[in-house]
Amino acid sequence: MSTDVLSSDSHEERKIGATREVFRQVTRDVAWVAESPKPPKAWYAALAVSVSALLLGVYCVTVLFQRGIGVWGNSNTVGWAWDITNFVFWIGIGHAGTLISAVLFLTRQSWRTSINRAAEAMTIFAVSAAGIFPIIHTGRPWFAWWMIPHPNDMGMWPQFRSPLMWDVFAISTYAITSILFWFMGMVPDLATFRDRSTSKIKQAIYGILALGWRGSARQWHRYERAYLILAALSTPLVFSVHSVVSFDFATSQLPGWHTTIFPPYFVAGAIFSGFAMVLTLMVPARYLFNLKHIIKDSHIEAMCKIIIATGLMVGLAYGIEFFIAGYSGNLYEQFTFINRMFGPYWWAYFAMVSCNVLIPQFFWFKKCRTNPYIIIILCIFVNIGMWFERFVIIGTSLVRSFLPSSWAMYSPTFYDIGTFIGSFGLFLTMFLLFFRYLPVIAIAEVKGVQPEAHAGKAH
Amino acid sequence: MDKHNPHDETAHSEPAEQPNGELYGVLAEFDTPGELIEAARKVRDAGYTEFDCYSPFPVHGIDEAMGIKRTILPLLVFGGGFTGLLLGLLLQWWTNAYDWPWLISGKPIWSLPANIPIGFETTILLSVFTTFFGMWILNRLPQVWHPFFRLDRFARVTDDAFLLGIEARDGKFKAESTSELLKNAGAIAVESCYLDPRPESRTVPKWIYAVIITTGVMALIPFAIIAKARASTSSEPHYHIFGDMDFQPKVKSDATFELFGDSRGNRGVIAGTLARGSLNADDTFYRGLSRAGDGNPSWLAELPASLEVDMKLLERGRERYDIYCAPCHGYDGRGEGAIPRRVKTLGGVWLARNLVDPQGAVAKMPNGQLFNTISNGFNTMMGYAAQIPHRDRWAIVLYVRALQRAQNAGPQDVPADCRNEVR
Repeated sequence: MSTDVLSSDSHEERKIGATREVFRQVTRDVAWVAESPKPPKAWYAALAVSVSALLLGVYCVTVLFQRGIGVWGNSNTVGWAWDITNFVFWIGIGHAGTLISAVLFLTRQSWRTSINRAAEAMTIFAVSAAGIFPIIHTGRPWFAWWMIPHPNDMGMWPQFRSPLMWDVFAISTYAITSILFWFMGMVPDLATFRDRSTSKIKQAIYGILALGWRGSARQWHRYERAYLILAALSTPLVFSVHSVVSFDFATSQLPGWHTTIFPPYFVAGAIFSGFAMVLTLMVPARYLFNLKHIIKDSHIEAMCKIIIATGLMVGLAYGIEFFIAGYSGNLYEQFTFINRMFGPYWWAYFAMVSCNVLIPQFFWFKKCRTNPYIIIILCIFVNIGMWFERFVIIGTSLVRSFLPSSWAMYSPTFYDIGTFIGSFGLFLTMFLLFFRYLPVIAIAEVKGVQPEAHAGKAH
Repeated sequence: MDKHNPHDETAHSEPAEQPNGELYGVLAEFDTPGELIEAARKVRDAGYTEFDCYSPFPVHGIDEAMGIKRTILPLLVFGGGFTGLLLGLLLQWWTNAYDWPWLISGKPIWSLPANIPIGFETTILLSVFTTFFGMWILNRLPQVWHPFFRLDRFARVTDDAFLLGIEARDGKFKAESTSELLKNAGAIAVESCYLDPRPESRTVPKWIYAVIITTGVMALIPFAIIAKARASTSSEPHYHIFGDMDFQPKVKSDATFELFGDSRGNRGVIAGTLARGSLNADDTFYRGLSRAGDGNPSWLAELPASLEVDMKLLERGRERYDIYCAPCHGYDGRGEGAIPRRVKTLGGVWLARNLVDPQGAVAKMPNGQLFNTISNGFNTMMGYAAQIPHRDRWAIVLYVRALQRAQNAGPQDVPADCRNEVR
């Protein structure tokens, strides 16, 4: 290999390399997390806790498979309880990731570049956690593949006019799209990791994942088009997914479920809870992995403001539901909503309203938007509130249906709680592994929004 | 000028004396994105076509400078999405409206609004697949090998380097003048890139093929086991990986159950209760009993008052009699049906009562008793209550009476104006 470096005299007086130092700094800041020989102790502690939770979940699901749905608190009256609550909760959390990566990209919010990778990862892990519940709640999950349309011995096809089948298509399309979008966005950064790796094994693994990316202008041209198209496709998709999830309820006849406000109400709630989860994860992570100058205070503040906005939307939906129940003159609808507020689960209702409508109002104060401890506490409250929202919708409507003789109460068992904790274990374990081994910040995108990205241009 | 990463130094330790083959092209490094754009414009203006720029992030403005045409990807995605929509609708129509028409709540078999959500999702899914795979295919990736990867400089393109490479296959390429052009365009370094002459450097190592083939074969094993299981039979009970609720702690009918004193799982009818629809309070119609006179039950002599006796009922009785009674008692009621005759030819004895014997028991039986015999049986004759509804049993009683009359008719029974015709 012959190397003939020509040093051009005309460039001698200008300081060469100052622009590129900025880009190198971005690479180093992100890559050190994966390249440092040992992650921080806190990472190990968090991983130990997450894996323990995951194992608890595995145990509970194993018992569930062996003994049946009876190990949960579900009954004939309360056929859906924590299982579907957790499903909707996790799907909702996933939505903020798509919103950040797609909608904020289309609206040219360049601050999103610092958090979009982690948010997309959160989407995928949340959808994985969510996807478990509808499958295990069927009782005989080993027949879940019957939902995939395929010619079979029984001569049967899925019933495509059921919202539950729409769910199968919506959730699987969403999971596939999110994974492809996430992976595609990561390829240039995986190439960075490949080119920086010193060990053969890492070079091979990152090399395979980077697909031979060269960062050529012709590649970037098609890549950027594809990225834009995927963002444009993900945007209606994310709205459709939670709308379809809400159809599971809205197309039924049950008071408290049978309402047209559900799709927008669910989507707003999903974004609300998702942003709260992004903040819960990213605020500690930026301290833990020293990413404060990439994930800036202004980015955190912007997300807090989105929480106020979506929190108000959710609050409006709560109000509209009550108004419609009263205005409709429908006795059953009115009973359901009065029962929701003052019935046996009144405490769940008030937990939901205070966590989702009142607590986010603190974010009007700049102090609350800048103090990491306050942000985390408020966001955890929002997550609790959003979990309760799903429980209130599902639980209070089912325990008091049309026929008083079938009224019942629901209380979770050890296996309900263990499965839920297990889903958190799965989510956090995957998130921690992602943080350790993959580019947690979109390196190429962050470089592209630096002022130096335009250095030396004529205009 | 500090353009050495710590890792660069390790990368530089590669032996520089690697054998060089043919010249692949030259690679020039530029300091800023702006200079890269200017250089790209100059290279294009000089008439080069086989060149490309490399950068850590998409440099905006370079497409125009290099003369890159807009990609056809959006068009492909439109095609993919449209195909997805059609396939989604076709799938739903074929499965739910054509192959197995599925009626839901009396709605039309093919009702488009309910099929839109899945049509939408398949549209998105195929669009996404077209975008994702189309982009990689148009970019000719994944690619395991490229000559530029031989240069250490090239490894920095994913970090901070802005490079421009011109390939030797370009018609205008000349080692000297091309390097000069790049130098004049502001390159801080120009490097030649040679192909590796060793053929093995451009082939995939054999062990990778071995891994792929082994994995492929291993992946087929479960399918082979399934195929074998489907094509063969076994008398062994199957593995209960999943319980499938096959083993349940519950009492099945006609099984023993030690909890009860009589060890029987069946508990019978609870005293003083009746099953729904089995009250049958009308004794004359349902049991052929009369409580006339002293109030004690006796066999009903006539037919129940609730029964409308006409030719239609008699016809019905004949039809039912021919089905249920004639095999033994014979079509004429003399007890010489097909079964007694057949048993007789085989040398056995099968007694069926002669229903029409004027001295026989049946002729003297009250209607109620006859009805009871049909219902509950007599001697070796079984009861037909489970097979013949009450009204049909009365119809048979009526027909048996008609048979008795017909079989024992005398000359006085012939109408007066026809008596001359019979002897």
